[in-house]
Amino acid sequence: MTVTAIHKDPENLTMSFTAEFDATPERVWKLWEDPRLFEKWWGPPEYPATVVTHEFIPGGNVRYYMTGPDGEQYHGWSRFIAIDAPSSLEFGDGFLDDDGNEVEGMPTMTSRVDITATGSGTRMVITTTFPTLDAMNQLIEMGAEEGMKGSLGQVDDLLATMA
Amino acid sequence: MYNQMVVDTLPDEEIDLLFHALADTTRRDIVKRAMAGEHSVSGLARGYAMSFAAVQKHIAVLERAGLVTKTQRGRERLVRTDIAAIDQASRLLDQFEELWRRRVDKMGEILALETGADT
Repeated sequence: MTVTAIHKDPENLTMSFTAEFDATPERVWKLWEDPRLFEKWWGPPEYPATVVTHEFIPGGNVRYYMTGPDGEQYHGWSRFIAIDAPSSLEFGDGFLDDDGNEVEGMPTMTSRVDITATGSGTRMVITTTFPTLDAMNQLIEMGAEEGMKGSLGQVDDLLATMA
Repeated sequence: MYNQMVVDTLPDEEIDLLFHALADTTRRDIVKRAMAGEHSVSGLARGYAMSFAAVQKHIAVLERAGLVTKTQRGRERLVRTDIAAIDQASRLLDQFEELWRRRVDKMGEILALETGADT
């Protein structure tokens, strides 16, 4: 896997991220389509995801939660807008409250995934757009809170080996 | 209306519209011009081959997204890019990049592990 391009556009609250995999488009597609594979990569390492609902059809809903090291759970959702196997999909996603219920006013980010065959493997481009700066702040800070805890755990490990 | 779209469960057509809207070059250009200093709405409108109302609409979208501010001075309405907002957006996108780097790393690991299993 190689990250080949990252384009961040703060003026349009958009990021696109390009990675290339040494695998066929069908296998990369499976990572999105199969909930058992999806839950292996979606959450940060210390916050594995468990998918509860996974309707892989346009308009279909996904419900999942991530479990932290202390057993705390963070609920999230996404909804597929368009699916064109095995080359593109679009979805909105965001967070839920502690009981897994939708919260009014909770923002949504929208992403498009494009998967194309290259000579030697597969290129995947993810483009995510946030509706407003406030929404972006809320969505990213919320995700980062978990990620940060994970990173802090790694610092602990590092310190332990240095002792 | 813009915020309302986010609050609601986002009908497909509206998400499509949102997507197209944010990929707009005119809006990007307005943000860049207004970054250098204040511009009146009418002054900005003269710079584009479109109606005054169309430019006004673009500015309204940027304003709702929190990227520009509009102030009234005399008879003029002045548009200015909120530099702090752009900075904040950049910082947030850096964090978001990290998230995706971790995710695609993991995807690569899964694909490597699976090799042979499904060939």
